[in-house]
Amino acid sequence: MTVESTAARKPRRSAGTTAAKGGASTAGSKTAASRTAAGKGTGAAGKKAPGTPGADPELVQLLTPEGERVADATYDPYVADITPEELRGLYRDMVLSRRFDAEATSLQRQGELGLWASMLGQEAAQIGSGRATRDDDYVFPTYREHGVAWCRGVDPTNLLGMFRGVNNGGWDPNGNNFHLYTIVIGSQTLHATGYAMGIAKDGADSAVIAYFGDGASSQGDVAESFTFSAVYNAPVVFFCQNNQWAISEPTEKQTRVPLYQRAQGYGFPGVRVDGNDVLACLAVTKWALERARRGEGPTLVEAYTYRMGAHTTSDDPTKYRADEERESWEAKDPILRLRAYLEASNHADEGFFAELEAESETLGKRVREVVRAMPDPDHLAIFENVYADGHALVDEERAQFAAYQASFVDEGEGK
Amino acid sequence: MAAEKMALAKAINESLRTALDTDPKVLIMGEDVGKLGGVFRVTDGLQKDFGEDRVIDTPLAESGIVGTAIGLALRGYRPVVEIQFDGFVFPAYDQIVTQLAKMHARALGKIKLPVVIRIPYGGGIGAVEHHSESPEALFAHVAGLKVVSPSNASDAYWMMQQAIQSDDPVIFFEPKRRYWDKSEVNTDAIPGPLHKAVVAREGSDLTLAAYGPMVKVCLEAAAAAQEEGRSIEVLDLRSMSPIDFDSVQTSVEKTRHLVVVHEAPVFLGTGAEIAARITERCFYHLEAPVLRVGGYHAPYPPARLEEEYLPGLDRVLDAVDRSLAY
Repeated sequence: MTVESTAARKPRRSAGTTAAKGGASTAGSKTAASRTAAGKGTGAAGKKAPGTPGADPELVQLLTPEGERVADATYDPYVADITPEELRGLYRDMVLSRRFDAEATSLQRQGELGLWASMLGQEAAQIGSGRATRDDDYVFPTYREHGVAWCRGVDPTNLLGMFRGVNNGGWDPNGNNFHLYTIVIGSQTLHATGYAMGIAKDGADSAVIAYFGDGASSQGDVAESFTFSAVYNAPVVFFCQNNQWAISEPTEKQTRVPLYQRAQGYGFPGVRVDGNDVLACLAVTKWALERARRGEGPTLVEAYTYRMGAHTTSDDPTKYRADEERESWEAKDPILRLRAYLEASNHADEGFFAELEAESETLGKRVREVVRAMPDPDHLAIFENVYADGHALVDEERAQFAAYQASFVDEGEGK
Repeated sequence: MAAEKMALAKAINESLRTALDTDPKVLIMGEDVGKLGGVFRVTDGLQKDFGEDRVIDTPLAESGIVGTAIGLALRGYRPVVEIQFDGFVFPAYDQIVTQLAKMHARALGKIKLPVVIRIPYGGGIGAVEHHSESPEALFAHVAGLKVVSPSNASDAYWMMQQAIQSDDPVIFFEPKRRYWDKSEVNTDAIPGPLHKAVVAREGSDLTLAAYGPMVKVCLEAAAAAQEEGRSIEVLDLRSMSPIDFDSVQTSVEKTRHLVVVHEAPVFLGTGAEIAARITERCFYHLEAPVLRVGGYHAPYPPARLEEEYLPGLDRVLDAVDRSLAY
């Protein structure tokens, strides 16, 4: 396989193949940025009912950007019993998924991957929501949910096959109840809704979570999934990571109202959560999943966050957004804020951080080795699994192709 | 039930009823399929007998219907969705082509998508715009989909059973102008394979290959040609993906003349594919080029012009004459 041969295999919304100037960032490379650019939330909410449609657009926040725990009477109960060990676990998840993501970005730069869609900056939204799910829940991701995949126990190297060009998906969705990445924007929200309708029919108390971005919120399929889920009271949580940019288009090009308020028009609650606050994301998603399990229908969660890197490695964010904007979001970094909290509350010591750094190095090394060792698929893989029950034309073309390939071997030219 | 004469629409209704009865995972979904029984009444009475949980009236959103059917299939259900008319399938085309067709392969075969999409198609009923089209080639072109169309009640009954039992997505085109045509249906019979063509009428001078609504026209043409002393074989293809080229080849090796007839535009259509393949396979048997009779490269016309657009007896017989004149 060559990089050239896979350069065209990229998400529908990626523009061009020009190498990005920005966007590559490695775990732990950022320093604590200015603390003056505080988050928007105050965490003082407490009176409003959860997910009240049309409520104040303030963020649900449990940890300030400085790492201070703030009270929220509505959502605190959902993380009230969290242990120091679990908090360290959330931190570990964010650090390791960021490291994995950085490794993949580097591998793309080295020509080992045809493309990569980085999740840098969205760790809290993904780990918080991902850790809120139960094993029997089902996750429908878009193509950037590397942190959620991590939470679901999907081997991260499995995510790289399609970006390297050795397959178009590559894992068993039922293995970890984590569906394949979906490139066409928003399609998976309908699959999630249908799956949730099936759960309801089965009388099970599992729930479904569907991920999509602010750009996808403009797609008809997302609107239709809102309609279907509301009409059939499907146990599905729509988790929109509003990372502010759909390639080069800001959220203002997608909507004239805060995204979470869209839910009101469909008759279910919408909540905006600080997407860089892992604790708040965990609490709000748990609340929404529990609503779904109780048969109270869908919820829209808008995780207000920021894509620190490029849309994909083919993108160049320096062409459309200001450095100051990125810098203001660096001050809200999800990993730094949880670290500050862990340190201030004496929930983690230096030994923990050092051990994690070593684990991070090991993960990076493993990812590099596995990717480089990924074999190119067998030539005949083109014809595999096109149909479950077979198809005469595929059989015929497979035989022709095999004979053609064999003709080279016969002539001593090799495959 | 055994053998009984019934209309094609009724045969599909009976087939769906049997499927709902035997497999609790089978669901019917679509616009107006419940109380109304569908605009053609194909699902008549099913919701009454199987409930709103099995026969589901959906919001008016085709992409939503197919997209949620995919999700239900992933959960282990076998949804049979109705698209109300041919021209209304396009809002769902993205879900069908980018998702439904490819998911099995993308998951390396680990998941199956047993979804049937029923589409009443074709013209001849005097309908308005977007109610008379034949878009089968657009689906047959997509790997991962199977595309079939019955021409009579018996096939409608059995092919629907087989489509529902298939682990692959099947686009099931129903010839709407034949919905009310009656023929014998033996529900105890053992049906042939879903994707096998059948000889609807034997002959030795020329082969007419057709499917769906055009099989009846071809049978009438063959009867008319008989009066002129010509023996025409009529092949009912039944499946557009895969196409049973072996049966076409067998027939052409016998008759040495082939005319393919369909309602869809001739350009880049099913007939073009058959002409190309059969020319390759039967080059030394053919005594004339493979001819095609079908729609024009124009939007489906208003109802007052559709008889000019649709292949009728005269256009088919004209092609027969041209082929035999070589």
